[in-house]
Amino acid sequence: MIAYILRRLLYAVPILIGVNLLTFALFFVLNSPDQMARMHLGEKRVTPEAITNWKQEHGYDKPLLFNESASGLARVTDTIFFERSVRLFAFDFGSSDDGRDIGYDISQRMWPSLAIAVPVLLVGLALNISLALFIVFFRATYLDIGAVVLLVAMLSISGLFYIIGGQYLLSKIFHLVPISGYDTGVEAWKFLVLPVIVGVIGGVGSGVRWYRTLFLEEVSKDYVRTARAKGLTERRVLFRHVLGNALIPILTGVVVVLPLLFMGSLITESFFGIPGLGSYTIDAINNQDFAIVRAMVFLGAVLYILGLILTDISYTLVDPRVRLQ
Amino acid sequence: MPLMPVILWTDALVFLLVISAIGFGLYAARHEHLRAPWRRVARSRVGIGTLVVLSFYVLIGLLDTVHFRLPLADQTAGTETSGGTRYGPDFLSLFDAWATPLRERQEKTYSAPFATHLFVKEAITQPDGSVIRDYPRLNYGGRHLKDPTQRGWDILRLTLRGLAEGLIVWGLIAAQVVWSTARRQGIGFMAARDVLLAGGTAFPWRTALGTLAVMLVLGFVAGELALRYHVLGTDKVGEDVFFQALKSIRTGLVIGTLTTLVMLPAAILLGIMAGYFRGWVDDIIQYLYTTLNAIPGVLLIAAAILMLQVYMSNNADQFESLVERADLRLLFLCLILGVTSWTGLCRLLRGEALKLREADYVRASSALGVGHFAILGRHILPNVLHIVMITLVLDFSGLVLAEAVLSYVNIGVDPTMNSWGNMINSARLELARDPMVWWSLTAAFVFMFALVLAANLFADVVRDAFDPRLRGVR
Amino acid sequence: MKVRGVRATGRDSCGTLVLIRWAWLLLAGWMLVGCDQGPWNDPYPAGQGLTNTVYSSFDERPKHLDPVRSYSANEYAFLAQIYEPPLQYHLLLRPYQLVPLSALEVPVAQYFDAVGNPLPADAPLVSIAYSDYLIRLRPDLRFQPHPAFVLDAAGDPRYLRLTERDLDGINRLADFPQTGTRAVTADDFAYQIKRLAAPWLHSPIAGVMQEHIQGFKDLSERLALIADKDPIARVQALREARLSGVEVVDPHSVRIRINGKYPQFTYWLAMPFFAPMPWEAELFYAQPGMKERNIVLDWYPVGTGPFMLTENNPNLRMVLARNPNFWGEPYPAEGMPGDREAGLLADAGRPMPLVDQAIYSLEKEDIPRWNKFLQGYFDSSGVPSDSFDQAVRFGGDGGPQLTDEMQDKGIDLLTSVETSIFYMGFNMLDPVVGGYTEPARLLRQAISIAVDYEEFVSIFANGRGLIAQGPLPPGIFGHREGEAGINPMVYEWRDGRPVRRGLDQALALMEQAGFPGGRDPKTGRALSINYEAVATGPDDKARLTWIRKQFEKLGIDLVIRSTDYNRFQEKMRNGTGQVYMWGWNADYPDPENFFFLLYGPNGKVEHQGENASNYQNPEFDRLFDQMKFMPDGPERQAVVDQMVEIARRDAPWAWGFYPKAFSLHHQWLHNASPNSMANNTLKYRRIDAELRERLRAEWNPPVLWPLGAILGLILILVLPALWMVRRRERSTAL
Repeated sequence: MIAYILRRLLYAVPILIGVNLLTFALFFVLNSPDQMARMHLGEKRVTPEAITNWKQEHGYDKPLLFNESASGLARVTDTIFFERSVRLFAFDFGSSDDGRDIGYDISQRMWPSLAIAVPVLLVGLALNISLALFIVFFRATYLDIGAVVLLVAMLSISGLFYIIGGQYLLSKIFHLVPISGYDTGVEAWKFLVLPVIVGVIGGVGSGVRWYRTLFLEEVSKDYVRTARAKGLTERRVLFRHVLGNALIPILTGVVVVLPLLFMGSLITESFFGIPGLGSYTIDAINNQDFAIVRAMVFLGAVLYILGLILTDISYTLVDPRVRLQ
Repeated sequence: MPLMPVILWTDALVFLLVISAIGFGLYAARHEHLRAPWRRVARSRVGIGTLVVLSFYVLIGLLDTVHFRLPLADQTAGTETSGGTRYGPDFLSLFDAWATPLRERQEKTYSAPFATHLFVKEAITQPDGSVIRDYPRLNYGGRHLKDPTQRGWDILRLTLRGLAEGLIVWGLIAAQVVWSTARRQGIGFMAARDVLLAGGTAFPWRTALGTLAVMLVLGFVAGELALRYHVLGTDKVGEDVFFQALKSIRTGLVIGTLTTLVMLPAAILLGIMAGYFRGWVDDIIQYLYTTLNAIPGVLLIAAAILMLQVYMSNNADQFESLVERADLRLLFLCLILGVTSWTGLCRLLRGEALKLREADYVRASSALGVGHFAILGRHILPNVLHIVMITLVLDFSGLVLAEAVLSYVNIGVDPTMNSWGNMINSARLELARDPMVWWSLTAAFVFMFALVLAANLFADVVRDAFDPRLRGVR
Repeated sequence: MKVRGVRATGRDSCGTLVLIRWAWLLLAGWMLVGCDQGPWNDPYPAGQGLTNTVYSSFDERPKHLDPVRSYSANEYAFLAQIYEPPLQYHLLLRPYQLVPLSALEVPVAQYFDAVGNPLPADAPLVSIAYSDYLIRLRPDLRFQPHPAFVLDAAGDPRYLRLTERDLDGINRLADFPQTGTRAVTADDFAYQIKRLAAPWLHSPIAGVMQEHIQGFKDLSERLALIADKDPIARVQALREARLSGVEVVDPHSVRIRINGKYPQFTYWLAMPFFAPMPWEAELFYAQPGMKERNIVLDWYPVGTGPFMLTENNPNLRMVLARNPNFWGEPYPAEGMPGDREAGLLADAGRPMPLVDQAIYSLEKEDIPRWNKFLQGYFDSSGVPSDSFDQAVRFGGDGGPQLTDEMQDKGIDLLTSVETSIFYMGFNMLDPVVGGYTEPARLLRQAISIAVDYEEFVSIFANGRGLIAQGPLPPGIFGHREGEAGINPMVYEWRDGRPVRRGLDQALALMEQAGFPGGRDPKTGRALSINYEAVATGPDDKARLTWIRKQFEKLGIDLVIRSTDYNRFQEKMRNGTGQVYMWGWNADYPDPENFFFLLYGPNGKVEHQGENASNYQNPEFDRLFDQMKFMPDGPERQAVVDQMVEIARRDAPWAWGFYPKAFSLHHQWLHNASPNSMANNTLKYRRIDAELRERLRAEWNPPVLWPLGAILGLILILVLPALWMVRRRERSTAL
């Protein structure tokens, strides 16, 4: 098992290099260092000297990938790509293009993101599974079809309208929670109620639909028929057998997303003014702060790979027949 | 004077798609294992109901895909240049031409559905020279009414007329169906009608005709009303929202179908190769899709769209018209969405190919010395086609929705292109207006919802029909 | 029936159980807030609203808080309250007027000839070799409390020789236990000017200053040699460096020597670029380990102004608190007619600042910001375009009024025309729309008529704009009102107001220009013009459609090339565009700051200047050189009029409009006067905190019935569902 995990982690290295290379290429095709310098130096009265200066100071004056003027190994190492990427593997994110330490910022902004993502996941899971079981109980009736129509309607509404609607109703009309904002410590909870509710409701459409399919698949299997033939009540069949067996896909589905919870949600965070990692990334893209974008993509890739490994491990835990080699 | 046909990039691909769909249909018709599931789809009531709805969408989408340029009315000017007919700069589609009244009747700014007056107050100079601020009459909406208070009756009259027209057309089609049923079954017309009404045919004619009736009536009523009013209001610069929603159909369909089309070859080839050859081929392909998956899709899409913009601004001369630019962006969006979404199908196919390569008949062929690619083509590919089919249909509605999401991160289709995503995106500002402007959002939502719902239900039917064991492949 | 239902809930329906438990949890949570005082939706800690605090918002993290680098409005919102340059704009007097801030008076230029003889103020331009500005600083200025000034028992700086180890446990500036202060001297002022020249600080005005301040360029070049040294050495070098144009006369006066004559220099003295800066602070931040902790001067300012930044968390909020060492500037006693009646002079003579603290919360989206303002959680607000109809309506006379809803809340509306312009420019280098031939001029004039900016302002700016008749907005010297001020190329004076010329005239101009009906005779097709657009937001589609419609009126086919802002700027620099829209926000209220956008030697393509249209008219340029150095007066007005006339005829811009700022204030906020030049207005504000607290509670009573309704709804849905479950089970069992 440990050997397996080690090997998987080793596999991650070339993937991360690939990810890095791709991010790098994409970003610099879009933004030449000149443009980044202009962006950071502001709008008015920018002189060409100031741009050269800025690039030199931030190390963007070197060739991107391949240094023809150098010799030997330095041809590859004396480039922006090498200098910027290697340190990432030690999780040293360096400082952003406007001089802030990225590692520190990430460690600060991670918590608000988690404070929303975790409750949304847990409450959402409970609600979605309950509703899905209920619908499956009435499968192939008009209730079922009606529910599917409703679910499709819910998932056709874009998330933004749940946010605007939620703010409108709960904060503006009913004065129950603050519209937006955040605070550190326990005070934060009143700011979290609304984003969590909105997050849960926004996820019902796709979530319930997905669990419904899962359960329906289980229901049509032989053992369920056997159980029913044994004379078990429909309810017991559903809760004991169907839910039990569907736990494996549910669990693995959840495990995959667990690490990505760190990354936060882009729109929710900027609408509710929550200082999480999602808004951090969006701001970085808008400000063309390549250092932050690269760090966040790298982090995302690491977490994604971590999710894959966790899924494999969780398979062995729930299903003893699967063994990792 | 002849029209000048224009084929945009996406047009060409859509035609290709239609041709390959017809080709596949002919192929499937001759192979029982492919024909049987489609027959099951055709016999399902939900399947046929949604199919009727979908075909309306497809019809409008296809009409909107045939582009041409109109000859200029005034051919005399500029005769010093070489001869031939002169054409206007605008690219029009058949649909544009058909809906010309809707397209050309623009108000100044917002107006509510069926409104006779503008939604915002303006300074109006009275005949006596004084200036008051009031809601001015619309240029087109309800212009034929002398007295705007008569609007209710007028709407009712037009609705009834539309209803009648719809029912007449429907009646003709229905009679045709009943007549042919009667002939095939060798019974009388009235008897055939009773059979159909009782749902006694293998093909669910009753559902099909019922849905058709609803769609036809809706279409004719909307058509009658749209000529006199702005049925769904107008947007910020006074364009008819109903027209925009209809134009958006093509965008939605193109994204839903072309994306899958462009990613299909790569996904199929790489997927079954990885599963069949295993070893280093498998390693490389797995590496490829894990790496692609690890990068947030939004970033990839944003990068691709920006890259395209750079390309277009460097080669601005090649893209003279707005339509061409928007079209290329749409194509690019399809491509890049394909790049981000092929990995799922690829992984599925890899798993299936892993299983299939151990199957007896594959091993036997291999032992007989049949080449690898022959085996891939003859044995593996046909046996994974149903997975491809199911993914294709399931992905469709997801992609239509994705377009709407991408638009509000500003990396969706061109802002000048009509799409539900763009409508929803601008609606986010309109919703916050007070009084609220709700019609753009509602129109986009209703049109998109109908399509997504129909596609979803249809996808369920297709999935069940092709392989009941494969429910929940996603 | 009922009993059975309840039993079923208790027994085994885990799904509904979860639902109900969840609902209870939610309710219990709400009950918890109920115990707090005040409204439930208060985003601030309970009771804080009673303190003497201004609540405001910001939408973007300020990038730079170092006065040498900062050059944007969102940064000045903070910086101008913290740093005190020598001069400031008077809050109330119009036209905008400079008054002393950290200086004792507004300096007057002394002119000298090449050999150093003083010249009179009206000396001819050619004879002036340099001019001197003697700035006398207030003697009572002291820096805000800051660790850099702390001295130990021996009188040595305590925190200026720190090692990495000393910084253990320190993450913010506030983690330093002690703070100190120091009186401001002329050296601090000179030091800041030298910082402007330091290449590693990237001051955006270094380029402008090196043209004007004597020896500035020379210093820059010398400093460039040490740019690679470590930060501490750079601070030392900068302290010792000599800038020949800046001379410390005595501890409280400094003399700045300007090459030739540059009357606009005093305006620069009102910007934070020239605020005194203590070298200790820079040395403090240069120490090892500070940068890694994000403790940098760009982040933690050290000023002398009325406020100091006590919390800097741009992800959440910025807090400005009263600077205890502020010298106590009195509230101005003069105003324009009507200001006294409006209550703007009620606090005359009181020492400022009038509030203890200001809390700025991060608010990125318009909708939440607007709603929070309506709930009373922000003291003032702009009017978002999409909520405009809710807040403002135009009265019978066409003037803006607040809606009843706003009036009921006691909200005040303030409007003013900003010193900015949004224009549509033509690239004068382009063979079609550019050039100085008569046809090209007529084409531009025709387009200027056809593009109906009145409609643009009414659709896209809710009428918040004044149609521009030329480059100069009102409030700037040289602007003319009424019939004398209209642009005769585009407008006619009819019935006492300007009326846009008719489309028939535009079409006639097109015909004269050689494009009858918009047809290009060379190709026989409609004339095709490219429009360079920046399309990013959801509103852009409507705007692009609108612009296309304007050109269609003339039969011109407008090709829209939309890109992002970066690419747009690049095209402007390369001069490949044809038509574009851009804006300019004045640095200082002088016609020079607008005319230089049309000054030939400022051409974007050739000289990387701000003249994006690359307009170059020798006569205009000659007049510009003349006008630049003239004092305001009838002579200058005559030159300005001439320049405006030339520009109108050449029409390098369709003049667009000057935006109007609308701002709303709650009744508890006093002394708010719109001033588009002054940024340091926080110190004038006064708050009636008790009224605010009372109204907030009144406006935001929690509405509880929806909670009950939701609970009821869940019960109504769940009970029949359970009943159905049982029934179905029984029926399948049969």
